[in-house]
Amino acid sequence: MDVSNKEKFTLSSELIEYIDSCKQQAHFKSFLINVLQRIQDIHGYLPQCLMEETALRLGVPTAKVYGVATFYHMFRLEPQGKHTINICLGTACYVKGAQRVLDAFKSHLNIDIDETTEDLMFTLKAARCVGTCGLAPVVMIDNDVYAKVTPEDVLTIITKYRQS
Amino acid sequence: MNTKGILQRYFEFKEQSLSRLRQQGYFDRCKIQVGSATCENASGAEAVYREFDKMIKASGRTDILLHKTGCTGHCSSEPIVGVFKPGEIPVKYGEVTAQKAFEIFTSHVQGHSGPVVDMILDKKTDRLYRNEFIFCGRGSQCEGANDKLAAVFQEKLNQRGLGDQVKIGSGVCLGLCAEQGTPVSPACFVFPERIFYGNIQESDLDEIIDSHIEKRQLVSRLEVSFDKIHNHFFDHYGDVEYFNHQLRLTLKNCGVIDPESIDEYIYYRGFEAAAKVFENDTAETIIDKILKSGLRGRGGGGYPTGFKWRNTYLAKGDEKFIVCNADEGDPGAFMDRSMLEGDPFSIIEGMLIGGFTINAKKGYIYIRAEYPLAIKRLENAITLAREFGFLGDNILGSGYSFDIELRLGAGAFVCGEETALIHSIEGLRGMPRPRPPYPSVSGLWGCPTMINNVETLANVPVIMLDGPQWFASIGTQNSKGTKVFALAGKINQTGLVEVPMGTTLRDIIFKNGGGIKNNKKFKAVQTGGPSGGCLPEQFLDTIVDYDSLTQAGSIMGSGGMIVLDEDDCMVDIAKFFLDFTQNESCGKCTPCREGTMRMLEILQRITEGKGTMDDLTKLERLGNLIKRASLCGLGQTAPNPVLSTLRHFRDEYVEHITNKRCPAHRCQNLLRYNINPDKCVGCTACARVCPVRCISGSPKKVHEIDQQKCIKCGMCYETCKFDAIDKL
Ligand SMILES: Cc1cc2nc3c(=O)[nH]c(=O)nc-3n(C[C@H](O)[C@H](O)[C@H](O)COP(=O)(O)O)c2cc1C
Ligand code: SF4
Ligand code: SF4
Ligand code: SF4
Ligand code: FES
Repeated sequence: MDVSNKEKFTLSSELIEYIDSCKQQAHFKSFLINVLQRIQDIHGYLPQCLMEETALRLGVPTAKVYGVATFYHMFRLEPQGKHTINICLGTACYVKGAQRVLDAFKSHLNIDIDETTEDLMFTLKAARCVGTCGLAPVVMIDNDVYAKVTPEDVLTIITKYRQS
Repeated sequence: MNTKGILQRYFEFKEQSLSRLRQQGYFDRCKIQVGSATCENASGAEAVYREFDKMIKASGRTDILLHKTGCTGHCSSEPIVGVFKPGEIPVKYGEVTAQKAFEIFTSHVQGHSGPVVDMILDKKTDRLYRNEFIFCGRGSQCEGANDKLAAVFQEKLNQRGLGDQVKIGSGVCLGLCAEQGTPVSPACFVFPERIFYGNIQESDLDEIIDSHIEKRQLVSRLEVSFDKIHNHFFDHYGDVEYFNHQLRLTLKNCGVIDPESIDEYIYYRGFEAAAKVFENDTAETIIDKILKSGLRGRGGGGYPTGFKWRNTYLAKGDEKFIVCNADEGDPGAFMDRSMLEGDPFSIIEGMLIGGFTINAKKGYIYIRAEYPLAIKRLENAITLAREFGFLGDNILGSGYSFDIELRLGAGAFVCGEETALIHSIEGLRGMPRPRPPYPSVSGLWGCPTMINNVETLANVPVIMLDGPQWFASIGTQNSKGTKVFALAGKINQTGLVEVPMGTTLRDIIFKNGGGIKNNKKFKAVQTGGPSGGCLPEQFLDTIVDYDSLTQAGSIMGSGGMIVLDEDDCMVDIAKFFLDFTQNESCGKCTPCREGTMRMLEILQRITEGKGTMDDLTKLERLGNLIKRASLCGLGQTAPNPVLSTLRHFRDEYVEHITNKRCPAHRCQNLLRYNINPDKCVGCTACARVCPVRCISGSPKKVHEIDQQKCIKCGMCYETCKFDAIDKL
């Protein structure tokens, strides 16, 4: 997982435009989190060189950018799989057996939480409630929510993504 | 500022909205309504929608409107589909699949055989009734009177052979008496005419049967008017028991309007409250109304909203801000998501009125990034509100200008805390800071900032239109209005319920929620999430309001309500929450950062059977210390789940410690799997799944587990088809 972090990226013209438009507004430094979110939307994580470029363009110290990037759970500093599997481990899902669903994903994908499969297809994550507790246990893959998941469903779900 | 004519302009706008809706046939076409929300979609609503779309197109019919709406909050029965034929009782179907959609379309919508009775939502009925009479429930004014009359009515109907054509139901107190200013009970709501009868005497019942039921002529002398902003929800859903035990003030539009249509919002009196306020009110009179209503913050703290508005209004500053807290971090709560997805305009209107009061030019909605659909709907709503002139410069010609910007959270629970939230909007690490100064004095960029929860804001238009007195008539002495709870866990009907403050936990769990799943035994209800506590059976008659729940050792919190049954271990639950808060602690202050870690270690020991009785004292001492010494609400409340379970379920802790046993069979390390030689047929299935190969035995012989090697994974237990493995 250490290869791509040394890759060189530059901010896309769209992102540069976005940063410039932020700078037109009052309190523009407050847009830092938004900018980082957009970078992550594109790359799946925050490449170090892009954080540095952001710091420069937004006029925020690099240390501040790292500080923010490491504070919030959502930001990833490593490349991620093509699909992110979020197993909800919120209260409702927990009492409805989410742990067993998680175990099933772990054993089928042969990875642990916060790891990525070797083919870079899946990253496994634990989530804290995705807001559909009435349908617990739930799993959110990218932006899609799967309801009332049982350990037996897991293989079908994985296969669906593998084939598409 | 000339405020005259604002309402008139509003009504002109509304006329335009209505004419657009008329053009779409919104009022006279047959409506097929499909839920569209994160939960609905996860249950398969999108496929159902596509199916209907296909069938409507294939049928060539142009008199059918396929309508999208947010979720009603009846999660366990989703996807929900409503068929609204003009002039008929609205029919709702539950757990609809593409296959069922076909049946609904061919026989109910296209055919003439009426609704597909056995697919109707909640399956509480086996037929469609000619009329339904829903009597008010137990309000403050009418204890028992409604029930008695309903029973007499039922008897009369039976005698006249109408018993199976007319349904008698009972619902929640809708505040009818308070509206009339004088008791009007016994009273009831009648479908499909959607009218109210009040002051019904036994002697009136025959006339109701003769005239209303037989001849379809209303008994006008008994009619009472009840014109409240939330009525239309009852019109749509009042015949379903799950809903008529609720009072939907803030969720009134969820499941009714298309959350992407500003016209529909306006049709149901959307932005009327804002227009009225702009025309008639000053900051002082608005604050006065909020104070009179008794509204308290729904985000967890329960601080009186009127005080907060007044403090921010009085605070000195050239620039002021209003912030909507939509971070909803409590794992197990989803009220705010549902509201934002199903009725985003109400939140915008609440912010508009709040902004006007403190003269803010700008508002922020801080929403967690885990809610992509809610974000999309809010963005759409803000854009539409701008287009229609409800946001932007000189709103409705009032001279007041206001706009709203979204800011996304990035997955940190502590950012729900108001000072951390401010830092996060400012683009910094979301760390709390000591208060005072409170945000109302010094918030965003040092300016006075008014932070309100989503549900708090959704109450504002209701108070402005229905009046603070009426609002204050609902609820208890110190807790007014309703509260939305997110029911989840081991309960039959999971979902959102909005009930008047003062409802008992028992009613919410057993009436609204339909009781415990699989006939298991109720063990505890967890309220208030990671800041709250667990209440056992003997507290079921506690009423929900801010004070009573606190007294009982839990808190109201933001509305998460997780029901636990005999299979849940209370030590494990306490550990679960502590693990959560420990993980989410921002690390700024030592008691919270280190203290929660130490407590977690102790709990870990206990669940592994390595605890001592001394540990319990330590937990209590540490817990109370953390509560007192932490900087922000996260640390100050983090020990609550532990302390409350220690208070109410001490035996269970002791059992773990002294007998090394987990009574609920939850704590893995304390489990023991045994093969029962009388039942084992020697099928070898367990031996094959055991990951550590510690089960021995040859085919057709009794198998045995090597306890020394067993890692207690439970695979054998799950696999055995002969019920031969005991979990001890
Ligand atoms: C750790 C922590 C998390 C919180 N999370 C939320 C939240 O998700 N939503 C919310 O509205 N309030 C939350 N609050 C409460 C807010 O600090 C604040 O009191 C509230 O937003 C004020 O709005 P209200 O008066 O309308 O309730 C949280 C508080 C703490 C200490
Ligand atoms: S109590 Fe916990 S979350 Fe709050 S400031 Fe202290 S360390 Fe941070
Ligand atoms: S699966 Fe059950 S019946 Fe079969 S060998 Fe194991 S214990 Fe015996
Ligand atoms: S619990 Fe797991 S490890 Fe123990 S015997 Fe059964 S399958 Fe094997
Ligand atoms: S706890 Fe899993 S969705 Fe809420």
